[in-house]
Amino acid sequence: MKLRTSELLLLAVSLLWTAPALSHDFQSGSIRIDHPWSRATPPGAPVAGGYLKIENKGPDPDRLVSIKSEITTRAELHESVVKDGVASMRPLDGALEVPAGQSVELGSGGIHIMFMKPEKTLKKDDKFKATLVFEKAGPIEVEFVVQGMGSRAPEEAPDHGGDHGAGQ
Amino acid sequence: MNGLKLFRIVAWAAVAVVAVGMATIYVLQPRNAGVATTTSSGKAAVGGSFSLNSHKGERVTDETLRGKPYLAFFGFTNCPDICPTTLFDLSEMMAELGPQADKFNVLLISVDPERDSQELLATYITAFDSRIIALRGTREETDAVLKSFAAMAVKVPMDGGQYTMEHTAGVYLMDENGEYVGLMRMDETREARMQKLRKLAS
Repeated sequence: MKLRTSELLLLAVSLLWTAPALSHDFQSGSIRIDHPWSRATPPGAPVAGGYLKIENKGPDPDRLVSIKSEITTRAELHESVVKDGVASMRPLDGALEVPAGQSVELGSGGIHIMFMKPEKTLKKDDKFKATLVFEKAGPIEVEFVVQGMGSRAPEEAPDHGGDHGAGQ
Repeated sequence: MNGLKLFRIVAWAAVAVVAVGMATIYVLQPRNAGVATTTSSGKAAVGGSFSLNSHKGERVTDETLRGKPYLAFFGFTNCPDICPTTLFDLSEMMAELGPQADKFNVLLISVDPERDSQELLATYITAFDSRIIALRGTREETDAVLKSFAAMAVKVPMDGGQYTMEHTAGVYLMDENGEYVGLMRMDETREARMQKLRKLAS
């Protein structure tokens, strides 16, 4: 029996959809999002951080223009800096540019996503969905995994154990 | 007629120049103000009295803290990164030290008393070692404690009436007489930080 074009398309789409979930990266056009993670929040914390790596494999620059998530109504891009012993954080002016053929890392202690007033306290191993909207690549659906409260870097392997920060 | 047209062009051009100039000043000013105040941290200047309320509703002052060394960290709950990771690391180190960590007090001092109510701090702090005390005060009390630690905290306005805080990031180590011992930075190695805590506890 032969599959119809529409069925083939459906199969292709569903394969594309499941593949990224396993390796925890997400792609649209030339933009690839690697390991979106967040950090467990203390109860009542009005903010949560979001971190990930954006890879632009294309020949043109693209820009991350907005973020939506299922845990907040507002998410912004901020930059943390510690300079001369003073910690500061500022909203990023405008969109985040990802140059052609390059990667931009949103990491702890640097540029990051600020989820404002999350609906719940984030616990280790929780997951939540978000949409990153790019100027050219369009919206990309991603899933954030919540790491331990002391995490400063992505934990690549699942079930990394509970001894965060021990290797500092 | 031509003269009038020229006048109009020149006048509008002048308005544009002034507008751009004012916008530039407006954009640059907060940053400059923030940078200018970052120099106010130094060993010699640490000291002086302060009085704050704990998350349990107890009054904590430089006087009541006497007799035991303590750690003081300036933070706020709207901080996604440095504050929770610092408190988490401190909790972990305290867990490793066990009863030895009873020999010093650990204080989180809110630099954002407007948003950090006693209730919020009491909830927030449950995520960390139960020996850590969260402190807040009125605006005046907060300014006083910042001054006594020669620490800085500045409000940085954001869109929609929101704001964030710039603040001194290190952990102050104080001896049993309330004298400044040194600063513990969280980017030091864990071993270096543990040594500092062991020394403070001994």
